Amino acid sequence: MGIRANRCLSVSLCALLVPFALAGCEQLAVLSPAGPIGSANRTILLDALAIMLAIVVPTLLAILAVAWWFRASNTHARRSLTLTYSGRIELIIWSIPALVVFFLGGIAWIGSHLLDPARPLPSSTKPLEIEVVSLDWKWLFIYPEQGVASVNEVVAPAGVPLHFQLTSASVFNVFFVPRLGSEIYSMYGMVTQLNLQADRPGIYHGLGAHFSGEGFSDMAFDLRAVTPEEFSAWASATSASASGPVLDEAAYRKLLVQTQNLKPYSYRAVARDLFGDIVSQRLPAGEGPPTGPITTAVSAQQEN
Amino acid sequence: MFGKLTWQAIPFDQPIPLAAGAFVVFVIVGGVAWVWIKGYVPYLWREWITSVDHKHIGIMYCLLALVMLLRGFSDAIMMRSQQALAFHAGGYLPPEHYDQIFSAHGTIMIFFVAMPFVIGLMNFVVPLQLGVRDVAFPTLNSTGFWLTAVGALLVNLSLVVGEFARTGWLPYPPLSELTYSPGVGVDYYLWGIEISGIGTLMTGINMVTTILKMRAPGMNYMRMPVFCWTSLASSLMIVAAFPVLTATLAMLLLDRYLDFHFFTNAAGGNAMMFMNLIWAWGHPEVYILVLPAFGVYSEVVATFSGKPLFGYRSMVIATMAICILSLTVWLHHFFTMGAGADVNAVFGIASMLIAIPTGVKIYNWLFTMYRGRVRFTSPMLWAIGFMVTFVIGGMTGVLLAEPPADFMLHNSLFLVAHFHNVIIGGVLFGAFAGYTYWFPKAFGFTLDERLGKAAFWCWFFGFYGAFVPLYIVGLEGMTRRMQHYDRPEWHPWMLVAMVGALLILLGIALQVAQLTVSIRSRDKRREPTGDPWDGRSLEWSTSSPPPVFNFAVLPTITDDETYWSVKQQAREQKRLITPEPHYEPIEMPRNSPVGFVTAFFATFTGFALIWHIWWLVVLVLICAYATFVVFAWRDVTEFEIPADEVARIDRANRQARADQLREVASGAHP
Repeated sequence: MGIRANRCLSVSLCALLVPFALAGCEQLAVLSPAGPIGSANRTILLDALAIMLAIVVPTLLAILAVAWWFRASNTHARRSLTLTYSGRIELIIWSIPALVVFFLGGIAWIGSHLLDPARPLPSSTKPLEIEVVSLDWKWLFIYPEQGVASVNEVVAPAGVPLHFQLTSASVFNVFFVPRLGSEIYSMYGMVTQLNLQADRPGIYHGLGAHFSGEGFSDMAFDLRAVTPEEFSAWASATSASASGPVLDEAAYRKLLVQTQNLKPYSYRAVARDLFGDIVSQRLPAGEGPPTGPITTAVSAQQEN
Repeated sequence: MFGKLTWQAIPFDQPIPLAAGAFVVFVIVGGVAWVWIKGYVPYLWREWITSVDHKHIGIMYCLLALVMLLRGFSDAIMMRSQQALAFHAGGYLPPEHYDQIFSAHGTIMIFFVAMPFVIGLMNFVVPLQLGVRDVAFPTLNSTGFWLTAVGALLVNLSLVVGEFARTGWLPYPPLSELTYSPGVGVDYYLWGIEISGIGTLMTGINMVTTILKMRAPGMNYMRMPVFCWTSLASSLMIVAAFPVLTATLAMLLLDRYLDFHFFTNAAGGNAMMFMNLIWAWGHPEVYILVLPAFGVYSEVVATFSGKPLFGYRSMVIATMAICILSLTVWLHHFFTMGAGADVNAVFGIASMLIAIPTGVKIYNWLFTMYRGRVRFTSPMLWAIGFMVTFVIGGMTGVLLAEPPADFMLHNSLFLVAHFHNVIIGGVLFGAFAGYTYWFPKAFGFTLDERLGKAAFWCWFFGFYGAFVPLYIVGLEGMTRRMQHYDRPEWHPWMLVAMVGALLILLGIALQVAQLTVSIRSRDKRREPTGDPWDGRSLEWSTSSPPPVFNFAVLPTITDDETYWSVKQQAREQKRLITPEPHYEPIEMPRNSPVGFVTAFFATFTGFALIWHIWWLVVLVLICAYATFVVFAWRDVTEFEIPADEVARIDRANRQARADQLREVASGAHP
């Protein structure tokens, strides 16, 4: 199914939702993707939906129509109160769902392989490496090639493939930027891979999509897609800023303390292979709740 | 002396749980006092608490489910109102409280509403449909019920003493490990579910044995009503899956109590293993719940279409196919954990395969209505409402089984809407259909139809009002379990969902009214023949409520619907065609307090373990062992009902049926 057909389908899907919707499709983040992975995911979602609706809608109508037509009070209905078996009907009712699943299974097989989160995006541009660490309760993004890092905000060049490697420094979490597509778990002592791309500059809302405790609701972040030039400028400005903090082991240990609602900030330098040290568990995991009350809305930058 | 238990465990500073707790304590104390003053204690003790009659145990299971539904639903209303209020604001529930509420909501709804409801219906109906007098192990049955009740009690106790888990209804480590959840909340969850899970396993073993070994003469497998088949499939899955749950939670307990490292971050634990194990139980669990509901619909649709079930053999094959396939799909709960394309694709396709037998079932019900004589009673409304709703829920389920689609919808409110769509639209509608359908069998009078239908419509539209908005915000990228949020596009939907939840509340209020009104006007609603719906299977051949021995003489099964064919012949000849049988004395199992006493000690065992009161643990375990020894040494297990008594009860029912045949013949009733 082509892009055009897809758009038609998503428009008609929105039309279906109109009685409920005051808003347009723009707000259905998952259905208005801003990158190739999101679009491909959406295509599969809508194709599968279309295939099923072709069966489901007639079935729904048939259920209601049959129940109503054969109501006890209908004198016109032809009845046959011993009809309990018909080989022909049985063949059809096993075939319909089997055929649908046959199609959908094919989509699942091909889609799983094409859209495996670990599969690099086809692009002539070299992907940007970003290492992601989920902490209690903030996101740490490390740019190993630029030697900088940021908390609760990702800055990324638009039109360039992004290769995320993710781990957790405490409990499980899920990294999710709805308009870019696939989400993936971050887990302590393990690395997961995710390849995404933002086609156009813009601010894309991201969130932690796996419950992680008290500060979970504030684990939102923005993915700020900028032009490649702006990205280089941001990276060099960050690393050149004399006053910015440095993410060494001591600073990292501070991050392990549970905090909520941290304002975004960046580090001008990062200790060598900090991500590797977290994954290999050379650095400890977050210690969980302290004995005292949890600190809220304190920026580590201010502490520095 | 009291381990970790101090006065600080009681939330004097939190008005909501304290008031709720005080209300519950007031109701319980008031209820007990009322029973005591009215002198009902001996009756309750004899007929219910120590009863090993499968019918009474089944009714108690359903009662537990209905009471817990009220608790679980008050959690739901709190969650919906919190999310309606918490746009750019904190709402009225702080995170530590809100997190307990959604954890308790899921735990209670699955373990203490859905499970007891379907197990209660199975318990009540299966022996009657099989034409036998009781289940295989009556005392085990009673013990299973009381252990389930202990789990419910412990979970509710956490409201007033200590706290409940803040980890979600499945306590994923490492969040549920001691490091990140140092309180007693997770322990309440773990011990509550361990104890009730053992009770469920007992019931599973009991039902499997009953169905495989105890059927009326001539009742071969292919003559069993479909509800018995689905109960068999469900019980087989309980036997297969519940030990996995028990073992998994036991490993987490070892982590928390004895410093083991199964799922910890430290010392080589792997929390991913917990996800695999818990869903190896959790996915079959979904089908454990929904298959008996499918059985209910099969009975209801056939009865109210005036036709035998269409495609019986297909139905049996589909049921057993679901039973087996459901054990092979657990990984679809975490496609986003990075398992790789082959693994994801295989589990995605396996999940979709379940849609084939399920789809066949829908069409079989459709063709059962086709050319039938459909009566729109309230059980039938629940069944049709289910068919419509479940088709939609099944469709979104297959969408989520496409790994690339799941990559965008995993953990979102789309997922939450999907599983409520299948659990409310599938399991709960089925439980309500079964409740209305078999209520007259259990108590001898019908429920008020007008209120019942009104309740159905509130639930039906309330469901769509509450969950269609969740599908939409799921597509807007909203994830589950958020205590507050600041995305403006989510907020209107949260308000709509709140309205839907209020409509469901109205439905529940109507159901309470229905039960109250029906009980008060029960004398007018009496149904003397025991067959108010013109039923087709054996449970309708005995009186309502059935005598303790169910059948005066075990029925002999000669074809697919023996009772129906006998009834048809009787109608044609306008008289009872079966001659009065030769009555003989009947041996029935004696009452036993073992289940109740075991549960009493299990409550204290659980409580003492949660609060680390080790001396009490030892003491109650010794007492529990003593109970077991006393039970093992009993020498009289049965009592005899004299033939005269059997004859008296059965003759009354035959008389009522003969009278009705005469009335129909004389045209008094259409």
